[in-house]
Amino acid sequence: MSENLGAAVKEICRAHGHDRTRLMDIVRAVQEQFGCVSGEAMELIAKAVSVHRVEVDSVVSFYAFLSDRPKGKVVIRVCDDIINRMHGADRVAQAFADELGIEVGQTTPDGTITLEYTPCIGMCDQAPAALVNDVVVTDLHRTTARQIVQELRRHLDPRRLVRKLGDGNNAHELVQAMVVNNIRKPGPVIFSPVNRGEAIKKALAMSPVEVIRAVKTSRLRGRGGAGFPTGMKWEFTRGAPGTKRCVICNADEGEPGTFKDRVILTERPDRVFAGMTIAGYAIGADEGILYLRGEYAYLRAFLEDVLQKRRDENLLGNKICGKEDFNFDIRIQMGAGAYICGEETALISSCEGLRGDPKNRPPFPAQKGYLEHPTVVNNVETLGCVTKILEDGPATFNEYGSEGSSGTKLLSISGDCRSPGVFEVPFGITLNEVLRLAGAGDAYAVQVGGPSGQMVSRDEFGRSICYDDLATGGSLMVFGLDRNVLEIADAFLDFFIEESCGYCTPCRVGNVLLKERLGKILAGKGEPSDLKYLQELGETVKLMSRCGLGQTSANPILTTLKNFRSVYDALVKEATDGLQPSFDIHAAMSESEKITGRKSVHFLA
Amino acid sequence: MAKPKIATTSLAGCFGCHMSLLDIDDRILKLIELVDFDKSPIDDIKEFTGRCTVGLIEGGCANEENVKVLQDFRRHCDILISVGDCAINGGIPALRNTIPIKECLEEAYLNGPTVHNPSGKIPGDPEIPLMLDRVYPCHEVVKIDYHLPGCPPPADTIWEALVALLSDKPIELPYELVKYD
Repeated sequence: MSENLGAAVKEICRAHGHDRTRLMDIVRAVQEQFGCVSGEAMELIAKAVSVHRVEVDSVVSFYAFLSDRPKGKVVIRVCDDIINRMHGADRVAQAFADELGIEVGQTTPDGTITLEYTPCIGMCDQAPAALVNDVVVTDLHRTTARQIVQELRRHLDPRRLVRKLGDGNNAHELVQAMVVNNIRKPGPVIFSPVNRGEAIKKALAMSPVEVIRAVKTSRLRGRGGAGFPTGMKWEFTRGAPGTKRCVICNADEGEPGTFKDRVILTERPDRVFAGMTIAGYAIGADEGILYLRGEYAYLRAFLEDVLQKRRDENLLGNKICGKEDFNFDIRIQMGAGAYICGEETALISSCEGLRGDPKNRPPFPAQKGYLEHPTVVNNVETLGCVTKILEDGPATFNEYGSEGSSGTKLLSISGDCRSPGVFEVPFGITLNEVLRLAGAGDAYAVQVGGPSGQMVSRDEFGRSICYDDLATGGSLMVFGLDRNVLEIADAFLDFFIEESCGYCTPCRVGNVLLKERLGKILAGKGEPSDLKYLQELGETVKLMSRCGLGQTSANPILTTLKNFRSVYDALVKEATDGLQPSFDIHAAMSESEKITGRKSVHFLA
Repeated sequence: MAKPKIATTSLAGCFGCHMSLLDIDDRILKLIELVDFDKSPIDDIKEFTGRCTVGLIEGGCANEENVKVLQDFRRHCDILISVGDCAINGGIPALRNTIPIKECLEEAYLNGPTVHNPSGKIPGDPEIPLMLDRVYPCHEVVKIDYHLPGCPPPADTIWEALVALLSDKPIELPYELVKYD
């Protein structure tokens, strides 16, 4: 076995040019072959790519989908984000556990099947969902969960679990997924038909500076959530000193409740790759990376095929479309289950074969990004828009949307609504209109922008989706009247506690303290002073964290405190005896009473 | 008008904070001009004789008796001050918080290398207060009005804080009195 391991690791490292910056691919490949990256494998990898073993270990230990201990041949990961929980993910997980005869987090005694929870896998529109290795299973209920286990016991082949294929390219021979697109409202930008090569040819007829000017004229802003003007980002990158530049497409769509990029990559990958190529031409890059989240591994073969077709048609590679001096190619970098890698500097770390730790800014990626080269990191949807801008011209793009926010926005809507799915709407549309489209006219609260966004109450449904009002990367989670917004905030905190990289104390510790105090309030033991504490601590976490995760992780508390104050107020009351209502003396003594076999003399039960 | 009364206690602490209080030297004479001491190890009064203005708490809560004393202080004192790191954070005693209480007691009474315990039992005598599952800082058990950090807080810090409080003036602690590195 270890001889096999030695030879295999050697081969894998050789295939990746013994390049330490490709460590992510190397450890993924080892794990794929051996089920885990054991200590022995880490030693071998470290030796082969000339790094210390701890560097390999730190990568393996960072990512949720990597493991140093063997797991089952098949790993079932039940998505446990709030939307999946609302749709019964707990019951589904229990059914899996019952049928397997194990608890969540365990492996069957014969070592064949492991059962775990995982954060949002981008299937909130067909929840509850789970990953069975790379295979996505959707719309689960208790019976199907039991059937899946029975079937896996027979053949241990997750691919055979897919019987009914989804629509569009989900049925493509290289995808073969039961995932459905749920495109409820196609719009004129992203979902318009693609004429492969048109945008690139138009771009190549211009100078790079003219391309950047066109993007600036279109007033395109980043679609991932932060909304930075795309043309300006390109201009900075082009102007930054360096001999090599890089374009990265951020397809690490991890914000719970977001799944639009999944649909874009399934149905319009050419639009995205064209956008990357145009960006490469504009900034003078020859390398492009699509950072694809590990959860979307089922799309990888299909996307590789699209890339190959583009190479065959000279839309990628050397002298693209006959243009001298323009060489550009794209590789796919797989993630491995880390929300933080959606943050651009963490994503760059991950592409460099490191833990997905965010980096200090400045220098910004535009100055020093991937391997210190000036780098553009754009969202999937942003790059899709670029292609459309080049196809039809910036003026046409400008016609869509509102004054400060041009174009359309893809929204991923899920939760308590009749038509969950993807909606391409013009910027400026009100929340009320969006909710009507999704069949959620009676919504009580909407989480706009995922857990890191804000919880909006019914009073504010007249607000509009745009950069100047409700800015969002596209996640809209709808909650009906019977939902408790504080329990939802609590679930979001769980998510941030799990996904924090742990670098900044305010984020690593602060979120745990926020959750404890919220728990006290939910248990009916809260006091008005606890609300002040939540507010102050939340603001500290926001102010004192280094990256976007920490800076937004307190939003579930801060925005519910602002928009749902009455819910909190109804739960807290002033204690008059000076004692802390949350302190339970009997619980604190119970273990000692058991050990000593006597009761307290001071506190009678 | 009667002088305001002060009470002090050491819960799960080392009496170091009380030593620091005594370290105000001859100012203790000034202090007793300002205040009377009620329940305190300094005058060895065991039970409260009446209502107090200020209660100084050293140490966190490690056992049931600590909780009982602390709650008693809360009932009798207008203002409670956590003095020192054990009262504020749990301090050294809280090092056991990551170890289950059963393991702690077994190490202390059964398995420790220097243990001589022919009975082979963890004692259950009612004279020995029951340990809590972990050491709690005082503000997790009762409301605490002020915190004076330090291990121990310097005598001058305690003095300045008390004088300011008793004379109803804003407290002015120079940087040297609140820096601890």
